[in-house]
Amino acid sequence: MTLEEIRKILDADLLTTGNDLSHSVHSACGSDMMSDVLAYVKEDGILITGLCNPQVMRTAEMMDTVAVIFVRGKRPDENMLSMAKDIGLCVMSTELTMFIACGKLYSAGLCCGGVKN
Amino acid sequence: MSDSLRFEYQVSGEDFTRAGEASSDIKNKLKKMGADPLAVRKVAIAMYEGEINLVIHGGGGEIIVDILPDKIVMDLIDHGPGIADISLAMQEGYSTAPDQIRSLGFGAGMGLPNMKKYTDEMEITSAVGEGTTVHMVVYFM
Repeated sequence: MTLEEIRKILDADLLTTGNDLSHSVHSACGSDMMSDVLAYVKEDGILITGLCNPQVMRTAEMMDTVAVIFVRGKRPDENMLSMAKDIGLCVMSTELTMFIACGKLYSAGLCCGGVKN
Repeated sequence: MSDSLRFEYQVSGEDFTRAGEASSDIKNKLKKMGADPLAVRKVAIAMYEGEINLVIHGGGGEIIVDILPDKIVMDLIDHGPGIADISLAMQEGYSTAPDQIRSLGFGAGMGLPNMKKYTDEMEITSAVGEGTTVHMVVYFM
């Protein structure tokens, strides 16, 4: 599933593009605990979160995450967006809740979990 | 990479929003050097967890990174309260972090176990009331 397809499914606003919206991703993780993301999540996936602070961007950077999608209408501030641009990270914001956002992506075929076995 | 390089960072204990800047800098330096991507990722994650710990628990501190031909050595040093029971602190899920830190996405008791998981060697030296030093090594494949 490409980042552009994800954007459409979630009716998300694109806040920064990162490298390329045609980039294809195969896994996703929904979490507000960056500790868990650092412990378990695969690289090259997307992170769906309701947490909105600079450490979300830093965590995504360390994990080589492709995109961060903020749920419940959360929007990162200019400082966070500047960090994302420096990292080359795609950032989106959707009004959907975490549960619905994850459900829509799963139903659309993004059903490989972002967590390592 | 035939020469050894040393990088030193001072980490503030007062600004959570800046935690991770040292780890980000090292990751970028290693990538530019063309270092083994797996080692880069392991170093970045382990050092970032340690940097967060310096801010949350250590009141800030110092990070020294030595890049050698066959490995990367990281020493994270703080003069905070120290760790009373290191084996307990190494257990997944054990944390002394306050609720405020959990609301920021950390403090789940995964930091030290995660640092051990992503490094090839890790040693903790700590004295209550004096501080903690975490020594970590990641070898290039």
